[in-house]
Amino acid sequence: MAVGQNVLRKEGYEKLTGAARYIADYAIEGMLCGKTIRSTIARGRIKSIQFDSGYDWSRIVVADYRDIPGANYVALIETDQPLLAESEVRHAEEPVLLIAAESKHEAEEAARHIHIEYEESNPVLTIEESLRADEIIFGSDNVMKRYLIGRGDVDEGFAQADFIIEGEYRVPHQEQLYIEPQGVIAIPGDGEMTVMGSMQCPYYVHKALKQLLNLDDERAVVIQTTTGGGFGGKEEYPSMIASHAALLAHKARRPVKIIYDRAEDIAATTKRHPGIIRHRTGVTRDGRLTASEIDIVLDGGAYVTLTPVVLSRGAIHALGPYRCPNVRVTARAVATNTPPNGAFRGFGAPQVAFAYEMQMEKIAATLQIDPLELRRINMLREGDITATGQQLAWSVGSEDVLNAAVESSNFFEKRRSAREFNQAIEESLKQSPAQTENKRRGVGLSFFFHGAGFTGSGEAKMKAQAGIEVTAEGRARILSASTEIGQGTRTIFCQIVADEIGVDFNDVEIEEPDTSRVPDSGPTVASRTTMVVGRVVQLAAREVKEKLLCFAAERFGTSDIKIIEGWLIADEKRLARFEETARDYLAQHGELRVYARYAHPPTVEWDDETYSGDAYPVYSWGADVAEVEVDMDTYEVTVVKITTAQDIGRAIHPLLAAGQIEGGTLQAVGYGLLEELVWNRGRIVNNRLTNYIIPTSLDAPEMETVIVEKEYPHGPFGAKGVGELPMDGAAPAIAAAVFNATGAFVNEIPITPERLQRALEVRIVVID
Amino acid sequence: MKIQFQVNGTPRELDTPPMKRVLDVLREDLRLTGTKEGCGEGECGACSIIVDGEVINSCLVPVCQVNGSRILTVEGLARDGRLDPLQQAFLECGGAQCGICTPGMLIAARALLDVNAHPSRDEIKEAIAGNLCRCTGYVKIIDAIEQAAKTRLR
Repeated sequence: MAVGQNVLRKEGYEKLTGAARYIADYAIEGMLCGKTIRSTIARGRIKSIQFDSGYDWSRIVVADYRDIPGANYVALIETDQPLLAESEVRHAEEPVLLIAAESKHEAEEAARHIHIEYEESNPVLTIEESLRADEIIFGSDNVMKRYLIGRGDVDEGFAQADFIIEGEYRVPHQEQLYIEPQGVIAIPGDGEMTVMGSMQCPYYVHKALKQLLNLDDERAVVIQTTTGGGFGGKEEYPSMIASHAALLAHKARRPVKIIYDRAEDIAATTKRHPGIIRHRTGVTRDGRLTASEIDIVLDGGAYVTLTPVVLSRGAIHALGPYRCPNVRVTARAVATNTPPNGAFRGFGAPQVAFAYEMQMEKIAATLQIDPLELRRINMLREGDITATGQQLAWSVGSEDVLNAAVESSNFFEKRRSAREFNQAIEESLKQSPAQTENKRRGVGLSFFFHGAGFTGSGEAKMKAQAGIEVTAEGRARILSASTEIGQGTRTIFCQIVADEIGVDFNDVEIEEPDTSRVPDSGPTVASRTTMVVGRVVQLAAREVKEKLLCFAAERFGTSDIKIIEGWLIADEKRLARFEETARDYLAQHGELRVYARYAHPPTVEWDDETYSGDAYPVYSWGADVAEVEVDMDTYEVTVVKITTAQDIGRAIHPLLAAGQIEGGTLQAVGYGLLEELVWNRGRIVNNRLTNYIIPTSLDAPEMETVIVEKEYPHGPFGAKGVGELPMDGAAPAIAAAVFNATGAFVNEIPITPERLQRALEVRIVVID
Repeated sequence: MKIQFQVNGTPRELDTPPMKRVLDVLREDLRLTGTKEGCGEGECGACSIIVDGEVINSCLVPVCQVNGSRILTVEGLARDGRLDPLQQAFLECGGAQCGICTPGMLIAARALLDVNAHPSRDEIKEAIAGNLCRCTGYVKIIDAIEQAAKTRLR
């Protein structure tokens, strides 16, 4: 069996020897270097574009919006975002012109000889400014999208409450910071265009190319090259950069490479949506939630991109993994004149998770109930109903993860020793302040969930496809557009197929994600690859197996054949190798290729009109315990250890799953403590790795990971999603630990020394 | 300018502008593309190589400064297609995910193990602090380096 085993990563050898080829590693004969000329202002009109007359432009290819054969927009949800600005500029770093030259150096030199003059308008740069609507930059009120989720009667719920507790929480932009910057190469052909590059979603890019150049399906080809991290940042943005490279290649009739340097990548590409989230919670004296009113506002940036979907996930997760009979969630995304925000691991959930977990901390502190007890009183369990009216039918690991995190971390013992440590320090400060290291320790927990797969009707509409073909050697080869971006797609799919058919893991192949060779499996996002596409891959493998067994039944005159460890076996006798039978099948039938499509389990239903029903077929569950040490002189927070327990259904590959959990948890530590963009007039000031700080090995806490496997009956071998869940829990767990250590309730991340200092001046009022 | 150095045991001689970055010479002139560029300013460590026993960021060093030196890049670790213990440990422990930081990580780890055969976890953390990884949370990278140290001792 391969499932559940830590088999070696399929493309591991290439990655370890330096042989794996990322987009920057390709050199193609005759290739030009492309560069994007961007707006330097946040809002205004292009008055003129001057090309220095003394410069030799004969060596440079220049393209603007008038060179686009198709329509000038990025093909996503809406059509509002131009590939190249025409006259209006709606955010700094908006692409205006493209140039291509023989070398990067020459392209940069040429760029210095182009001067764009603008007529500037007042930009709208923050959520508050956008809501104030003094300047209207989108629709009639700057609101890009709104959702309302309602259940029960909140007024009645508040009437039943003994206390009403309010809180406001703020979450920042976050940069994905994949270590490989965005990059593509576009290669023009005869009425065709091929784009290869670093990306999560080849079929998004395919759609963009078709529209850009008016191509039919076959004449646009997109190939994913080895991709050095994505985290959502390579979900929608590659459609932009690929369109740019393709437009230059189309005009130049030569291949064009565009690779962003780090500064451009941070300045111009999408970020996690910042937000302001307000909670008003009715709660009984003994800690039961009776009503919850939640208001979410996310900053969408200048164009819609994927904002409606991010907002939707945020709204659906807003209450957290808790039971509450009366709920009203209002969610809005507003426009600002900043670069569009987009997909980033978690996709709206980490934002609301910080808010709902801090609200639980606040409730616990106010009521003087143990925070763990408060979670236990209100947590969703199997059979309970969520804010959208979904009854949780299966695979609910809520209690299991909370118990596992508390036990593994030794939560109560750690809390007790932190309290003793703090008391000793305070005593020592009184006796000999000069000799005392002024530190405090604290332990905090968070509890969270994450819907696996697309939200609502997404998967039902998408009907993701994947296939299996039998190669000339008689091996199974997987055909899927799901990309390997480090998370292990290639390995996990091969494990699923190996066990479904009954062959060795090493005897299963997987095709490169190339739109001319693989069907549209949907994007590699939303914690859907293993659970949704993995399921489709499993169904295709099952059909291949059935076809081969039918064939073998005729050949061997028995229908009772099994495939075990690569052998066809009947009556405990080996009849033939799998490969041999597969080759015989090909000899007779020419080919064996099967495609399967995803369908939700029959009971899963969602209503887009009322925004109610089964928002996701299943949820993954998590609980984090963070241990921190706070320096009370510098207000620096050190995360000493994080213990996390996560229910992801069956772990197809426990080592890779743990790798996802640890990596996502550290990104969330960065979100909670370190990562912050600094803006000036709509431009990012710290767009470099020297001043946008992500965690290094020295910032990384010790991590203990517990995988809980509540199998999901409709996932491949019981698997659910794991990719995003780990991003949800660490920031609130750290903030809770800081609260425990210092009494400072920080309602805004990242918890910088400045914010902690301010928070220390405000204490929670405890109700007797 | 004529530059001579040894890369992964092979003597190389080339004519190149003296201020060209070692990173570009490796990647463009020698087509050794295993060494990666992540930031171009010495922060991410993806371009780490060993020059005369010391780890350097090859994006910060002009090629004239490595004239006459011995250079080790990721391509020099495996022998005859066989992974060395460090690479094998990264493969087994899950130390590589997207793989883009991996060449630099391997190089930093190799430099550590060359001077400290059995490092503590804290010493390993210190040694790779100049190499950013966004995928792993570093846990499995540290595990891999620990395992490699044990294997090498055997």
